[in-house]
Amino acid sequence: MSKLHVTSIINGEPVEFLCEPHESLLDALRNAVGLTGTKEGCATGDCGACSVILGGRLVPSCLVLAAEAEGQTVTTIEGIADGERLHPLQQKFLEHAALQCGVCTPGFIVAAKALLDANPNPTEGETRYWLAGNLCRCTGYDKIIRAVLDAAAEKHPKVSA
Amino acid sequence: MLATRYEAPRSLAQAIASIAADPSARVFAGGTDLLVQFRTGLKPPTAFVDLKQIPELVGITIDASGLRLGAATAAADVVEHADVRRLWPGLAEAVHLIGSTQIQGRASVGGNLCNASPAADTTCALIVNQARCIIAGPGGERSVPVEQFCTAPGRTVLQRGELLVALQVPRPAPRTADAYLRLIPRTEMDIAVAGAGVSITLDAAGVCTAARVAIGAVAPTALVVAEAAQALIGSTLDAPALDRAARAASAAARPIDDKRGTVEYRRAVAGVLTKRAAAIAADRARTR
Repeated sequence: MSKLHVTSIINGEPVEFLCEPHESLLDALRNAVGLTGTKEGCATGDCGACSVILGGRLVPSCLVLAAEAEGQTVTTIEGIADGERLHPLQQKFLEHAALQCGVCTPGFIVAAKALLDANPNPTEGETRYWLAGNLCRCTGYDKIIRAVLDAAAEKHPKVSA
Repeated sequence: MLATRYEAPRSLAQAIASIAADPSARVFAGGTDLLVQFRTGLKPPTAFVDLKQIPELVGITIDASGLRLGAATAAADVVEHADVRRLWPGLAEAVHLIGSTQIQGRASVGGNLCNASPAADTTCALIVNQARCIIAGPGGERSVPVEQFCTAPGRTVLQRGELLVALQVPRPAPRTADAYLRLIPRTEMDIAVAGAGVSITLDAAGVCTAARVAIGAVAPTALVVAEAAQALIGSTLDAPALDRAARAASAAARPIDDKRGTVEYRRAVAGVLTKRAAAIAADRARTR
């Protein structure tokens, strides 16, 4: 069976790629498009490592068919930084040492970006619930949560009483 | 190996024609159940028929008669909808319990229902809100009450060529409100040990004039518990009435033993959740 031709806007750039009808967006991003920042963890939607923003929604790219990306916008970890300038979330993950092996990190950063886009000043509880679908097996979650809250605080300093 | 096709029909008629012509084709919305099944070993279908390009399948509209929820609408769209949260807070809570943020970006209420898990969180909330399922197929359109939609784990009333188009939920009567609670062994990201949905209608004096109770994960399908509702009607939702409703829910439960809980535990929890959900629904109804 011939491959499907898909045209999407990926990280702000029009991109064309070929995919199998049953192929996941995750596999197409990594193999056909060459964006290997998005990681495969479980491939069943449980771990959040493959998180991308599709049409404005945070989704697990392992449970999206690549063909569904036709005409859609996709933001991956490669689209988070502004050129050479790190996104505040990336900077705070470094400062807080919020990673060890790094496999979960792209998913956490993309998911955290979706959180801050929707809710620029989240509480710790909101942050933990939002990120409950991102699993990390190395660092423990506290450093990650602190990095996200610090990134939010930097953009939106709390007004002191 | 059969080659799998991907189809994204733009009309309901096209989608019905596709699945009526090919019984091995599978419709999908978010894919959070369907794609996982194929990733974990099930034979792929001959076609994935993506329903999200069909106008009738996607979107939320609320008018004087109530809510129309396109079956393929993402859970996140429901959770974020201010009027849905205001008018059907229990339904919004149930939808918000589906999986993670990422899963809610994909999963749909219609898919949650069609997957027909006994533990599906939205089913009880839809039942107590008297939702109806709008079904379309080669023979035209029909509608069934949501409590009749699932017939067994993984089985529904959908016939060959039929698909779930939308859910219709009537606008709550005055001083009517809903609530849904579930128990899981942790705080987030698990499947219900038991769940309970309750809708309560009060009169101006605070006496319950109508109630609906449904419990989940304690039988092959979600159960409507008329005895629990009867225990609440005529009361002011005082402690004895809530206890009677809890006992009725526990008595109606027909659970199984599995890794999430024993028969005895599930029976007990179904009662406790019913009582607590009834109290929450009554509190909400008092403010309306």
